[in-house]
Amino acid sequence: MLTRGETIRAIAGGVSSLAGIALFAAAGVAALLATGLSQAASPLLDPYILGVLRFTLLQAVLSSALSVAVAVPLARAMARQPRFPGRIWILRLMGVPLGLPVIIGALGLIAVWGQHGWVNRLLVALGLDQPVSIYGLTGILLAHVFFNFPLATRLLLASLERLPGEYWLIASNLGMKPRTLFRLVEWPAMRSQIPAIAGLILMLAATSFTLVLLLGGGPAATTLEVAIYQALRFDFDPPRAVALALIQIGMTALILIVLQFFGGAASEGATLGRPPERPDGQTSAARLLDAGLILPATAFLLFPLAAVVIGGLQADLLRLIADPMLHRAVLTSLLIALPAGLLAVLLAYSISSARFALLSRKGQPMVFERMANLTSALASLILLVPPTVLGTGWFLIAGPANMDRLAPFLIAGINGLMAFPFVLRVIDPALTSHRERTLRLCASLGITGLNRWRQVDWPGLKTPLLTAFTFAAALSLGDLGVVALFGSDQLVTLPWLLYSRMGSYRTDDAAGLALILGLLCLFLMVLGTASRTPTERASP
Amino acid sequence: MDIRLQKVELSRAGKAFCFDTLIRGGMITALAGASGSGKSTLMSLIAGFDRPQNGHILFDGIDFTRAHPSERPVSLVFQENNLFAHLDLRTNIGLGIRPDLRLGTAEKAAVSHALERTGLGGFENRLPGTLSGGERQRAAFARALVRKRPCLLLDEPFAALDPALRIEMGRLLLDLQQETGVTVLLVTHLPDDVERLASEVIFLKDGEILADETTGAFLARQEPQEIRNFLGNRPPR
Repeated sequence: MLTRGETIRAIAGGVSSLAGIALFAAAGVAALLATGLSQAASPLLDPYILGVLRFTLLQAVLSSALSVAVAVPLARAMARQPRFPGRIWILRLMGVPLGLPVIIGALGLIAVWGQHGWVNRLLVALGLDQPVSIYGLTGILLAHVFFNFPLATRLLLASLERLPGEYWLIASNLGMKPRTLFRLVEWPAMRSQIPAIAGLILMLAATSFTLVLLLGGGPAATTLEVAIYQALRFDFDPPRAVALALIQIGMTALILIVLQFFGGAASEGATLGRPPERPDGQTSAARLLDAGLILPATAFLLFPLAAVVIGGLQADLLRLIADPMLHRAVLTSLLIALPAGLLAVLLAYSISSARFALLSRKGQPMVFERMANLTSALASLILLVPPTVLGTGWFLIAGPANMDRLAPFLIAGINGLMAFPFVLRVIDPALTSHRERTLRLCASLGITGLNRWRQVDWPGLKTPLLTAFTFAAALSLGDLGVVALFGSDQLVTLPWLLYSRMGSYRTDDAAGLALILGLLCLFLMVLGTASRTPTERASP
Repeated sequence: MDIRLQKVELSRAGKAFCFDTLIRGGMITALAGASGSGKSTLMSLIAGFDRPQNGHILFDGIDFTRAHPSERPVSLVFQENNLFAHLDLRTNIGLGIRPDLRLGTAEKAAVSHALERTGLGGFENRLPGTLSGGERQRAAFARALVRKRPCLLLDEPFAALDPALRIEMGRLLLDLQQETGVTVLLVTHLPDDVERLASEVIFLKDGEILADETTGAFLARQEPQEIRNFLGNRPPR
């Protein structure tokens, strides 16, 4: 029921957005392939590359398995205790790693688990001289679990909370023991979600850059992403970077294909408004067991964050804030992050609008529906080309001479594309339901064009658009992966400044910078959620 | 089996509840009242999902106030979701005999017999999702049958069914009650259900018992206003 002009404009917008994404990605990959083919001397699979590939997959599989293994009992404990003081704060805490710049999390983890961290100092005080090492595989796994088990827990918890409240009352009335209840009710509900969750974490861990850069090291603990960066920035060996990037594309393609087989995206979905009664969680045994899971998990999550705040406050913040270096870094970061966020939102909005325009033309040939489905498939294809790979391709295209001029644009562009799939997931459902609600009314009142945008679309979509924008901007603001490829003395973003301070062992400065970066990201996130109406905020 | 609530008090979310009544054994008592008047809370107290702050709950004179829900002599049927959707009927009903599901031949036969009695013969391997709403409620009754508890708490068990089916299910309930002599407490918002099924009525208002009498006396009431409103909902005959 869009006017003909609106339909054409929406489809044209979506098509050009998709074409832009495809061209940008294809140019990067073509540059990789061209270099790879012209320099056949570098074998695709030498022992070094094989070792890196093996480690990448190993740590990804272990990270995914461990995160899920932690999340299953924890989600059950949280579901079984629907009412206790602080529960809502624990759930909010579990949302933090999603938006936390990875480099800050890493810094916090090092403060807690590092050589001179809280844990090791405690162990020494207890007379144990077996220090925990955060570097190498252990550290990478620890960090990946830190970042991913909260996500897995929230998704599994949602799958339990979607079960009808009567189940728990009936189970209790029938006298089902906790073990039976787990086997017959809780586990079947969680099991159906696990492949999608495990796959998502596998993908995130397989393309993780910052954590491996900071906590890995040496050929024994390097992933493809970090190996690409090292080949490009330290060994000045583009052919090797190309070989690694091609392997990376092959690996992510394989993972994506396998994920398609498991099908179904994990969703938080709608849960019951009122928390259910859980008589099975009210026995002392259950309470003790659940507390024994929830408290350590909360501490595991909270301590690194607390360490960042404490470390940051101990730094000479006044001197740092007065430092012109910081001013430039913050300005550079914002000049990259805000356009990146805008780009991600524009791409997602135009593609989502086109999808809706295609789908709403009822009675049209099937080809429209096919095209609409194709757009979402194409949109997720960008995941095939991780940022580092895309960056490597464009590194080759730009050439070292033009790097300083082009780098900010490339970083913003790649950051925007990185955020785009997530942003699309926020915007697409919101836009679809908004259009379905308003379309007929707008058509009958003849509200079109700019008027419709001002009167109907912007008020209705402000919240999801702003949430998506701030999320994408925060993601770009905290990103180290792309800027690590392009960064230079001329181009210093906040995470890059933080990374170089860590590298030169100016730990206090690094801690202070981490706090400042964290506050900036937090400010953006709060800005993105503050515009919600009171009714939306009321439901926890 | 008589259910006695002795000065049972509970306050929850700023609302105070106070119940003192005797639910007489071997008959059907209806529990009515506006939403929020405390019907579900009263059920929860009897079933053991809520513990009273004061007072006692006795079954045939024995104090069960602190007993676990599974130890109480009651079975439950809710409006919906009485069956675990991913388990077949044999499992769902077998849980009523052995909550750990170790079913022998005798138990399996009991399940099949209960299914037949409720008109679901041969449905052992069906999943709840393949049944109609009425059939799912029948299966819930079948589970209550195999549990053989002397009291049955029904929380709007027919509310999701269409009128014809509701009358049919009401008849099944009357038959089963007469056959087993079970004490039934039936939560309902329909005066029609009260008239057809119940011998006695408890009417709640704001967490307290407003009326507690035989169905005949209840239906003849002209006041107070709340009960007149409730009875006014009756379809014209």
